[in-house]
Amino acid sequence: MSELLKVEDVKKYFPRGNKILKAVDGVSFTLRSAETLGLVGESGSGKSTLGRTILRLHEPDAGRVVFDGEELSSLNKEELRIKRRHMQIIFQDPLASLNPQMSIGQAIEDPLVIHGISSARERKERVAELLKIVDISPEFINSFPYEFSGGQQQRIGIARALALNPKFIVCDEPVSALDVSIQAQVIALLLELRERFNLSYLFIAHDLGVIKYISDRIAVMYQGQIVQIGPKEEVFKNPAHPYTQALISSVPKIPWNGKPTRHYKTLKGEVPSPIDLPPGCRFCSRCPIPLPICGEIAPEGKEISTGHWVACHRS
Amino acid sequence: MAPLLSVKNLHTYFYRPDGVVKAVDGISYDLEVGETLGIVGESGSGKSVSVLSMLRLIRKNGRIEEGEAVFDGQDLLTLDKEELRTIRGKEISMIFQDPMTSLNPTFRIGRQMMEPPLWHNLLGSQEARQKALHLLERVGIPEHKSRFFDYPFQFSGGMRQRAMIAMALICEPRLIIADEPTTALDVTVRSQILNLLQEMKEALGMSIIMITHDFSMASNFCDQIIVMYAGKIMEKASTMEFLSNCLHPYSQGLIRSTLDLDTMDVKLNPIPGSPPNPIYPPSGCRFHPRCERRQPICAEEIPALREGGADHWVSCHFAGGGVKK
Repeated sequence: MSELLKVEDVKKYFPRGNKILKAVDGVSFTLRSAETLGLVGESGSGKSTLGRTILRLHEPDAGRVVFDGEELSSLNKEELRIKRRHMQIIFQDPLASLNPQMSIGQAIEDPLVIHGISSARERKERVAELLKIVDISPEFINSFPYEFSGGQQQRIGIARALALNPKFIVCDEPVSALDVSIQAQVIALLLELRERFNLSYLFIAHDLGVIKYISDRIAVMYQGQIVQIGPKEEVFKNPAHPYTQALISSVPKIPWNGKPTRHYKTLKGEVPSPIDLPPGCRFCSRCPIPLPICGEIAPEGKEISTGHWVACHRS
Repeated sequence: MAPLLSVKNLHTYFYRPDGVVKAVDGISYDLEVGETLGIVGESGSGKSVSVLSMLRLIRKNGRIEEGEAVFDGQDLLTLDKEELRTIRGKEISMIFQDPMTSLNPTFRIGRQMMEPPLWHNLLGSQEARQKALHLLERVGIPEHKSRFFDYPFQFSGGMRQRAMIAMALICEPRLIIADEPTTALDVTVRSQILNLLQEMKEALGMSIIMITHDFSMASNFCDQIIVMYAGKIMEKASTMEFLSNCLHPYSQGLIRSTLDLDTMDVKLNPIPGSPPNPIYPPSGCRFHPRCERRQPICAEEIPALREGGADHWVSCHFAGGGVKK
């Protein structure tokens, strides 16, 4: 598989008064075509900011994003606009991301209009086709977003993202706001679309079950940095970073063995403020097994098996 | 021994300009002392309304049409307002999903916590303060002595939820109703809160009703599980019986849709369709339009809740592969 996306040491800082919030602080990874990278972490870990910075919806403060052979930060506005055909995003709240004054047909057609693709009649046909792809009857083409359920709204958001035949989609918590049965439908749809259109996903979620189901590789993010990244099976077989371990052990599993979990292993302490980050390892304050060095020097990433990296002094 | 709480044939309807929503449409269950009951369902299934009705905390356009909720020998639904106030917060307390909107933003945390025991004349103000401080420490608020004087906005989401739990516990109630207590929280905080509830339950011997859409969580936390759909109970059983012999096609679909860490190699087989329109629910079994095993009778006749195993109740004409009795 060829490399579609290369993210190198990307940083995104936000000023907060006279301090700096380091939302994304030196993230690197690659994504191959037709591959799904699951990005997991707690709220405030910088997952969404990373997704948006890759698409240049936020301007990165440092680092490089190479998409399909071109460095995005070197493109001017017009070149970027053209490039954006191939990189799309699906948001968590489908209603908030659809214009309430546009019919769903208009919303899905809009990207085609903006990119000046085909005639009005062909565009209408394409919209109908897209609606069919996401399993919404084309008879609703003139209905408005509020007339649909949350799951259907998310399908409409997916249809819009697909309109320009993208290669890469950032899925930013696309199922978190949905009911369980609808969540499963949308995930099944995303999997089907990936096969059908050879899509690559950066799939952002805080739910490890969903991440494990959909991803080929997994990246665990903590306080603006990736602390572990690797093939899905490897990460679960060897959750070398204590934070990854904590995430895994805090997810309840259906107790088919008749032994329910009544006490979970938990992390002590609160998430540190992203404005006053400690020196050394950012996880140190909550780590169950810190070493003296952890409070002083930030750990570098180490490759513990092929393509499996961990940033922890104990690895 | 009589159960602590016995809900019988509860109906709560909401009157809207566009029609009547039968949010809770005839549900019954018992809860024993020290038992944990999970009410599982998707949004709109009536799981929250079913417990809010008991404490008469439903909106003005809602009406309890029928039924009883006998708590410790008293029917909560027939009590007058004053009598009910002697029970709320003292005998039965609630933990809500969103701790920001359920704590008063204008009062300091400590003062809010002291209010229930003072109001119920259980403790003097010195004792109430001591108890509030003790509980804040017990639920793991760091620097609880100074945090006692903080306002809710100065707490993180997880700390607010812990403060709410501490507040719900301060009168040592016999029943705690937790309405999606961990949905708004991060996974690592969620497990802290679940541990805390479990410890408190064991220490104080309370009963808990946990309302959630998360089947994995409920199946670990609860002794008994009720699955609701469109205002009705679809299935009810002890958790272990439920897991070993789940009967209702909706419950089975819900479990299939639950992505926990073990479901990796299973092919996802979601329930088709969407939850029903609350004003015009389907005829017969409310799940039938989405059910893969539906037969003509399912659209015509509402299935009764019938016994499908040891203390295992199911509302389906064909549950468990068997044919209607």
